[in-house]
Amino acid sequence: MKNKNDRKASPWKSIKVGLASLLVMVILAYGFQITKINLEELRSKQRQESLIRVARALAKPDFFEYDQVEEVINAPLFVPCLTDGSLPAMPNQTASNPYLVITPACANPGDTIQVEGFNFASKASGPLRFVPGNDPNNVVTLGRVNVETDSTGYFIASMILPDRQSTDMQYIRASLRRNIGLPHLTQTAHDTWDKIIETVFLALLATVFGTILAIPLSFLAARNLMKPVKSPLISISLSALGWPIGIALGFLIVREVGDISNAIGSNIWINLASVVVSPMLIWLGMRWAIPPEEINPPHLPIRLARLGVLLLGVLVGFYGFFQLASLTKIVGMNLRGALGSFGFLGNFLFQVGNIVALLTPVLGGLVAGGALGSFLGRIGQQGSEKLSAKGLKTINLFLTSIAGATILTLLGLLINWLYQIGNPLYTLWGPMAVGGLLGILLAIFSEAKEALPIGMVIYFITRTILNALRSVEALIMAIVFVIAVGIGPFAGVLALGLHTIVSLAKLYSEQVESIMSGPLEAVQATGANRLQTIVYAVIPQIIPPYISYTMYRWDINVRMSTIIGFVGGGGIGFLLQQNINLLNYRGASAQMVAIAVVVASMDYISSVLREKTI
Amino acid sequence: MLQVKSLTKIYDGGVKALDNVSFEVPDGQFLAIIGLSGSGKSTLLRCINRLVEPTAGQILWNGEDITAASQDEMRRIRRRIGMVFQHFNLVHRSKVITNVLAGRLGYVNPAWSLMNRFPKEDIEKAIQKMKRVGIADKAYQRADELSGGQQQRVGIARALMQDPEMILADEPVASLDPVLAHSIMTHLEDINKKDGITVLCSLHFLDLVHRYAGRVVALNEGKLVFEGLPKDIDDKKFKDIYGRDAERVG
Ligand SMILES: Nc1ncnc2c1ncn2[C@@H]1O[C@H](COP(=O)(O)OP(=O)(O)O)[C@@H](O)[C@H]1O
Ligand SMILES: [Mg+2]
Repeated sequence: MKNKNDRKASPWKSIKVGLASLLVMVILAYGFQITKINLEELRSKQRQESLIRVARALAKPDFFEYDQVEEVINAPLFVPCLTDGSLPAMPNQTASNPYLVITPACANPGDTIQVEGFNFASKASGPLRFVPGNDPNNVVTLGRVNVETDSTGYFIASMILPDRQSTDMQYIRASLRRNIGLPHLTQTAHDTWDKIIETVFLALLATVFGTILAIPLSFLAARNLMKPVKSPLISISLSALGWPIGIALGFLIVREVGDISNAIGSNIWINLASVVVSPMLIWLGMRWAIPPEEINPPHLPIRLARLGVLLLGVLVGFYGFFQLASLTKIVGMNLRGALGSFGFLGNFLFQVGNIVALLTPVLGGLVAGGALGSFLGRIGQQGSEKLSAKGLKTINLFLTSIAGATILTLLGLLINWLYQIGNPLYTLWGPMAVGGLLGILLAIFSEAKEALPIGMVIYFITRTILNALRSVEALIMAIVFVIAVGIGPFAGVLALGLHTIVSLAKLYSEQVESIMSGPLEAVQATGANRLQTIVYAVIPQIIPPYISYTMYRWDINVRMSTIIGFVGGGGIGFLLQQNINLLNYRGASAQMVAIAVVVASMDYISSVLREKTI
Repeated sequence: MLQVKSLTKIYDGGVKALDNVSFEVPDGQFLAIIGLSGSGKSTLLRCINRLVEPTAGQILWNGEDITAASQDEMRRIRRRIGMVFQHFNLVHRSKVITNVLAGRLGYVNPAWSLMNRFPKEDIEKAIQKMKRVGIADKAYQRADELSGGQQQRVGIARALMQDPEMILADEPVASLDPVLAHSIMTHLEDINKKDGITVLCSLHFLDLVHRYAGRVVALNEGKLVFEGLPKDIDDKKFKDIYGRDAERVG
């Protein structure tokens, strides 16, 4: 029975195997055609010659050069010999001046003559050329032989005369160059150095900013942290309303603070005083408003007073930020002039001041958004505990529809801003209605007091965005940013930074998901809140993998930053591509060597650091 | 007084880990919880501080309904309930003193604790608690540099930092050798006797139960199958608890 089965199966099996191999062959053949694999191309003489030329140029990276002096000496001859048999005058054969001796001094085209040079500089080299006509400065040269003098300044070479007949005197010209002084760096080397510094800093900035932003995102994209985050609907919708309102309010208020700070002036002493005094005020305020330990919550008036002091403290803090920005700008501007070749430090300070001044309102928006969002969320939480299910449902209907309408309207406005649709039906009223309707449906069909898994919703949204962005290559992002902010390293920093954020956030979040849950549980059991649990149980566990992934990303960013210039993203890739296009392979070789050195040494540094930290 | 009333827990996968469990624990008692692995001991202890959400039933503590507490109220309740774990559950890379101070997180102001600042009294208290369990000299070592017995003492110190009125100990000695087990159990006994703290401790070995527990509850497949004094566990009860094929050793 079994045998029969085997015999029956085997031909069918062979046919299947045969068909499968045939299919593989067809696919491979098609692949060959598509990718235009053609070894003939490699064998063609032209290709080989250019390959050799490129290889030789690449072997001589354009780093060093000598200053050169050139000696140009002409010696007359007749081609062909004159009928009257006269010969050109012999040059002065003195011991100090270089001269050429040609034997024979007249010959027919195609004959070989011998050229000897005397008294040239030693170790000089250059072409030996035939200059037709009676003008020794004539630029037309025919025939060319390279010669090199020995240590006594003598050379001997033979040359075949070209077919240029004339009764006039013609010339052999030796233009010998020699190096003087010590070798020095070429312009290419200087440019390469500048660009390699740019490249390293491009990678550094992208890694630093990417890492800083990837850390909070990685928590949102970690299932084990987000799964327990559940809130009743009222709390979610209040929080969803609180965020945008808070962001808008915070942005406006902090910008107002910025105007006040500007009005107070950019006097260095005022700035300095503000920068010193405001942290002290904040510290005092915090000492009063945030008691270290409190067994029972205090009465409402005291709590309100504390809230007020904290709010004031935050405003003072932002004022301090603006003053700090102004201070660094002034200091930077002064240093830029005073420091000479270290002026870049001043420039750095100036730029940092600018960035701080620009980002502070954004930060204010985020802080206010977070504060208002979580404050309203807590109110919602308490409301859902105190109110009756029926009353809650009514409130939910109202709040959730508003929240849904707000969110979708904001999305609609964003889409309108991006695509400039300009039809308010699609981008304003439509989304508003749909959002409101969705909110009402959600309110109707969910239990009023049920805790909804909002954490998982945030988790999925974050994951989806991260995955979508991660699948876009950094080079493509660079192209987009080049369009947005222009050619240069800034576009490269943005592209690499964004790519770093999304890929690190994914890697980090996987590390968060694989931490030990025991310590998490233990810290939770002490009554710690969610943020405390993250700080005390999650962060200590993820520090080593975070460091090693950051190093890994640093390596990638160094590599990427070397080629991001190909699409205009700054760094050394720009030079490399330029030189390749100009067929300047010695220049390109210099850049390739520089890239190899930088990548290898950064690799080494990061591996040493990795050993030290883990 | 802790009152557990008709407590039931069904996990997401459909496992009924606790099935209508009811019992009471007077203040200051040392209660042992026994049962085979998978009988629901850990689930029961975790329901009491709501690390696990009960499916049905009620837990009252001094009249306060733990099962109905809001998130904020739960934090206030949790900070008075210390917990000690089989695998110690220390944060390995943190210093011992940081692990111990973590016991204060429910009391201190979150804003300060996020910046790793604790009040002076708390730091003094941490040193005092570490002295009590004999690990004060290890305060500034990393937690994972300590031996198992020492780590469990850090766990106990962390629980003591909470000024607890009750300690839940989930097989606190199951990963320790017998000598260390007795030393840890002595610490728990000391805490129970001297400080009058209620202790709920799940245990594997009956000799430990006889030696340390004032009263016993036993679980089998999520059901309460015994409640009484340790000396009342006779052969028949033993088979009820541990199954028909179980043999009493020692
Ligand atoms: N998180 C969980 N999800 C699903 N089932 C669980 C979970 N934790 C425990 N269980 C199951 O619940 C039952 C009781 O487990 P547990 O309380 O850990 O028992 P014990 O601590 O007595 O060994 C076991 O069947 C176990 O598989
Ligand atoms: Mg267990």
